[in-house]
Amino acid sequence: MTLQTPSRESTGAAAPRLIYHKPDVLIDRSTHYCPGCGHGIVHRLLAEVMTELDLPAHTIAVAPVGCAVFAYDYLNVDFVEAPHGRAPAVATGIRRVRPEAFVLTYQGDGDLAAIGTAEIVHAAARGERITAIFVNNGIYGMTGGQMAPTTLLGQKTTSSPNGRDAALMGFPIRITEMLAQLPGVAYAARGTVADVPGIGKLKAMIKRACQVQISGGGFAIVEALSNCPVGWGMTPQESLEHLKGPVVEAYPLGVIVDRGAVGAAGSTSVGSVGRTDAARQSEA
Amino acid sequence: MTGGRDAGIFQPLTDAEAEANRRARVLMKGNEAIAEAAIQAGCDAYFGYPITPQAELLEWMARRMLELGRVFVQAESELGAINMALGAAATGARVMVSSSSPGISLMAEGMSYMAASGTPMVLVNIMRAGPGLGGIGPSQSDYFQATKGHGHGDYHVPVLAPASIGEAMELMATAFELAERYRTPVMLVADGILGQAMEPVELRFRTPERQAFDWALTGAAGRPARIVNSIDLQPELLEKRNLALQHKYRDIARHEVRSEAWQLEDAEFAIVAYGTAARVARTAIARAREKGIKVGLFRPITLWPFPERELARLSRHLHGILTVELSSGQMVEDVRLAVEGRCPVAFHGRMGGMVPTPDEVLGALKALRAKVGRTRAAEHPDDPDDRGALTSGHGHNGRHVDVSAPAGAQRGGRR
Repeated sequence: MTLQTPSRESTGAAAPRLIYHKPDVLIDRSTHYCPGCGHGIVHRLLAEVMTELDLPAHTIAVAPVGCAVFAYDYLNVDFVEAPHGRAPAVATGIRRVRPEAFVLTYQGDGDLAAIGTAEIVHAAARGERITAIFVNNGIYGMTGGQMAPTTLLGQKTTSSPNGRDAALMGFPIRITEMLAQLPGVAYAARGTVADVPGIGKLKAMIKRACQVQISGGGFAIVEALSNCPVGWGMTPQESLEHLKGPVVEAYPLGVIVDRGAVGAAGSTSVGSVGRTDAARQSEA
Repeated sequence: MTGGRDAGIFQPLTDAEAEANRRARVLMKGNEAIAEAAIQAGCDAYFGYPITPQAELLEWMARRMLELGRVFVQAESELGAINMALGAAATGARVMVSSSSPGISLMAEGMSYMAASGTPMVLVNIMRAGPGLGGIGPSQSDYFQATKGHGHGDYHVPVLAPASIGEAMELMATAFELAERYRTPVMLVADGILGQAMEPVELRFRTPERQAFDWALTGAAGRPARIVNSIDLQPELLEKRNLALQHKYRDIARHEVRSEAWQLEDAEFAIVAYGTAARVARTAIARAREKGIKVGLFRPITLWPFPERELARLSRHLHGILTVELSSGQMVEDVRLAVEGRCPVAFHGRMGGMVPTPDEVLGALKALRAKVGRTRAAEHPDDPDDRGALTSGHGHNGRHVDVSAPAGAQRGGRR
């Protein structure tokens, strides 16, 4: 009798249960992100959600200026690169001429909450039917760890070497809460990559923000609180502890608003002003 | 039909009516005629922000684009507008943006990105007087900004400069053609007079043919994903991108130079002017000819690429050139570069929204002629023709007149 490698058929064993699968839309490549950085997790969640909702083939995404400038190296969809802070305006242009596309922006906190404040506020105010992913790590990572509008009070950065002093540098901005005030915002939520339960909840938020767009709602934003071990001067583990502690305390987690379809200007497609896509679908 | 918004010219027409309309002339405001020409050229999307003296263009678009089921967005700023244009144009749509000088400054960022990434788009600048907030009077003081780069980095955009509302309408179609043929933003510049005056125009429109773009972002169904970007952190790659751009600019400079020559066949002098300044120059030339001064007009229609070869050839046969602008003297630098000292180049301009009168221009022309006459008389004391030039009327009333003849320069010059 010779030894044979047992095949599944011959042994009758069940096929191995697939517990980890790389979504096809995630390009098989090492990222340029620093060790311990949360961007990779957010990319992965986005890839999973896009795959689950069958979005990649008709997605047009907008990459920011900042650490995620090369997002198109990792997500295999059509991408345009926006000037610093302008992603929501660029996405508006895409949305208006491509009503059938799934339009996604990906921005950091310097990009979205400082230089791009006007663009994000007005895209939200118009209720542009886009999904905005906002990664907030409280720092300008790509340029070497300078203070961001979201930097916590007392936090030391290369441009606030003695810690952020409110008297000199003002207060951190909770921009997602600000945006949630606007009636054009269909969905606004804040999650975190700090731990596994948080990541699960963050994925659910991203999924909801994508579904809101698909179903013809208005503007949807998910803020992902993330870490920057290098910029914060911490080990990855320390940075996650810091994220779970003072960062989450300053930026409370949860769904801030979920209005469903808001029927704002941006929810309409070309040539059908005053009607939402959902309304048009229901007519069809 | 005498034009205006309610002329009924945009209702569905029978073929016979359409043909009659094609031959008809209607009175249209420049801003509105430019807007309608863009619409007829197939503009899919317009993004703008209110600013004088181009607001009527935005208002025309606000009404007409929605009528036609096309895209109109009033942006939160010119930064918003230009970046909306970037996004829409990246999907292959035919896109237009307009503003006036201070707003154009804000659009420099987006223009640089679009030039770098090869995104076709048409930008109209109805120029007003600067610097700073300046005023709302007509001006050509954005010539440097339009032709020497606008935003950061090594790039150019084709710049079209109509001298009449009718020409502006024709050039809108050309602008979209150039933008799509060369994958570049294109600028059309007109001063506030061209934007706000009304002129009789023929309703002749042109719709450039649509091309299939192998770069447009449409969703990656059934093909590899596409990227429209402008970042290359490796110097080798960025140099390659720049070399490709420069290659494109040489190609444009070879094929797309446009200019007009008027009454230059027998001319001893030429006025070089564009836009409204060229209109003033024509009147001044007619008056000069009545006085026996042989002068014609050389009018660049593309400010970039500048018609330097055409002007260089012309300068060999001229006694002198007068450049007239609604600025402190910006295009005159390109005129001097093209002329290379073959003949004296003088300048006359007004700023701040002031427009030179034909008599001012005539005065400047006479001053140039007198100066040239003195130089030629000194060099050729026995030539009776030149004595004639010497005695005929010194310049008067010409402000900012600066006759700069390089030492020893003369007609026919160095080559």
